[in-house]
Amino acid sequence: MFRRMNAWLEERTGIGALIAPVMKHLVPRGSSWLYVFGSATLFAFILQIVTGVALSFMYVPSTSQAYQSLKFITENSALDHFLRSVHYFGASAMILMVGLHMLRTFLFASYKYPREASWMSGTVLLFLTIAMGFTGQILRWDQTAIWSVVVGAQQAGYVPLIGGALARFMLAGETLGGATLGQFFALHVFVFPILIGALLAPHLWMVVRNGISEPPRQGKPVKRETYKQEYDELLHREGVPFWPDAAWRDVLFAVLMITVIVGLAIAVGPPKLAAAPDPTNLVATPKPDWYLLWYFGVLALIPHLLTPYVIVGGPLLVFLGLFVIPLFAKEGERHPLRRPWAIGSVIIVVVFIGSFWWLSTWEPWSPRFEAPPLPTRVVGQVSPAAETGAKLFHDRGCEECHRIAGFGGFRGPDLTYVGNRLTGIEMTWRIANGGYNMPSFGSILSSQDIDNLVSFLETRKPKLTEGN
Amino acid sequence: MTDRAKTPMADNPGSERDQGGEPKRRTFLAMLSYGLGGFAALLVGVPVVADVLKSMWLKKPREWRSVGTVDSFKVGQTVPVKFENSQPDAWAGSARQSAAYLRRQGQSEFIAFTVNCSHLGCPVRWEPKAEMFMCPCHGGVYYSDGDVAAGPPPRPLARYPVRINGKNVEIETTPLPINGRVPKPS
Repeated sequence: MFRRMNAWLEERTGIGALIAPVMKHLVPRGSSWLYVFGSATLFAFILQIVTGVALSFMYVPSTSQAYQSLKFITENSALDHFLRSVHYFGASAMILMVGLHMLRTFLFASYKYPREASWMSGTVLLFLTIAMGFTGQILRWDQTAIWSVVVGAQQAGYVPLIGGALARFMLAGETLGGATLGQFFALHVFVFPILIGALLAPHLWMVVRNGISEPPRQGKPVKRETYKQEYDELLHREGVPFWPDAAWRDVLFAVLMITVIVGLAIAVGPPKLAAAPDPTNLVATPKPDWYLLWYFGVLALIPHLLTPYVIVGGPLLVFLGLFVIPLFAKEGERHPLRRPWAIGSVIIVVVFIGSFWWLSTWEPWSPRFEAPPLPTRVVGQVSPAAETGAKLFHDRGCEECHRIAGFGGFRGPDLTYVGNRLTGIEMTWRIANGGYNMPSFGSILSSQDIDNLVSFLETRKPKLTEGN
Repeated sequence: MTDRAKTPMADNPGSERDQGGEPKRRTFLAMLSYGLGGFAALLVGVPVVADVLKSMWLKKPREWRSVGTVDSFKVGQTVPVKFENSQPDAWAGSARQSAAYLRRQGQSEFIAFTVNCSHLGCPVRWEPKAEMFMCPCHGGVYYSDGDVAAGPPPRPLARYPVRINGKNVEIETTPLPINGRVPKPS
């Protein structure tokens, strides 16, 4: 019965005939587990479409109501809560898989002839995926989200000539307003997904047309004149049909990924909403989600004069640099061991991003507004002047950037034992005049205040004889 | 299963009739189709794209908004104030409002600082005891006059136009400052 229906449909549509060669196309043997990240990205994207469409049933893209609708989604129904959670972890998975997919294709030099256009379209897809992540974070429309829009607009504002116009476009006007969220909603739900789909079509088609790149072998460089013929011979000699000989790995890995996403969604839940959005509530610490957190750290720690160049040039150089790789390295060795520069650059990038990620988890550059006054056990038995100084150390904001015995910020030097390093005169001079990253307090504090502070700081020395 | 192969394809269309004017006619028809298609695309595309991008150049009228009476601010103090911004759409919710830090310098002298750090726009916090503005994002610090004290900000805190009108202090609505620059009132 089913077979007859299928035959009837096939005779009229020919869809089976269209798909069969795609599914059965020969792929090189030895396409191992390292080849599953591309399809995992695709499955994550499909998951995002499904959960995203479902979320749009509940979400209200209105500047005045979005936060309430999101609170409703998060708090009022276990299924909605689960849905939002899956959408969040699905986004994380998609970005992670894009990263791994890119890492694999780069290390195996799969971008060389004839797959240059695959890599180039992939570069654009990478940036579109990140754009999806950022716009999605904005749709939460909480304190963090609205201030992230402002931060995004400021970054766009650094672009020469058209910066102002770009910033106004991001805000959808002169300031945050009714149009801002609607625009981000349209970008996140229509524009970027459509662009991704439009690029994904050729990206996938090229996999069928050119085949997946065979695992690289040392001493077997890509030559434009002979590559296609050699690849064909390889396929006919030892190729296996994609379905199911290779596809089962993709399926198994994708199922694993989705299981992990669902598990995390249940165990961890969606990211917490910050306070209700209010441009006049000035207590906000806008911060990107984890995949861009490291970049926030970069912007804090680069030499300040470079800021405009890094904000504009950084992303542009990364994009162009990735985009043109296959134009400069279209032939030659593919095996990573024969491409020390490739391995080296991957290590540099991983270490660079990794260390800024680690720093971004505790943000040593941010003032610690919440630092408590130094407790008596830290201040110890000191003169009345030094005791006043200890109070000033907290009240006048020193503690927000300087640390004493584990209390306070990290931006400036730790002052736990500053009495050992600097004399009273040196301290007075620094406090009054300031320095790189140190405000000058000469016009803020009275000389009496400074004297008290210094007499407190002078007592900050390691204890020579411990109390017991 | 090779139904597609039977579909008439234009690989070598009407080769016998291609003598004479046929190729020219075909080129003409192709050009005509491209041209017509392009015309229709522009006809709709230009206004649609312009509409989507119009926020890039549309300007809102500037309005003076009262933020309180002169007497309600103490000389030498800096306080946050709220005012309705230049695009108070009905559905904008809390985004109808903007904030500023108002400092009363002297009897009749006020400064209205934007709340946005000139580095990346995060809201700076006024720390009254330290007498400084501090930014939670990347550690930018400003003195009470808005000058940069420490951290990455490239410029002082931008200022809004501010005036005394009768008994009230008024701030002029302005676009969000971009990188520490408020566009000049037009």
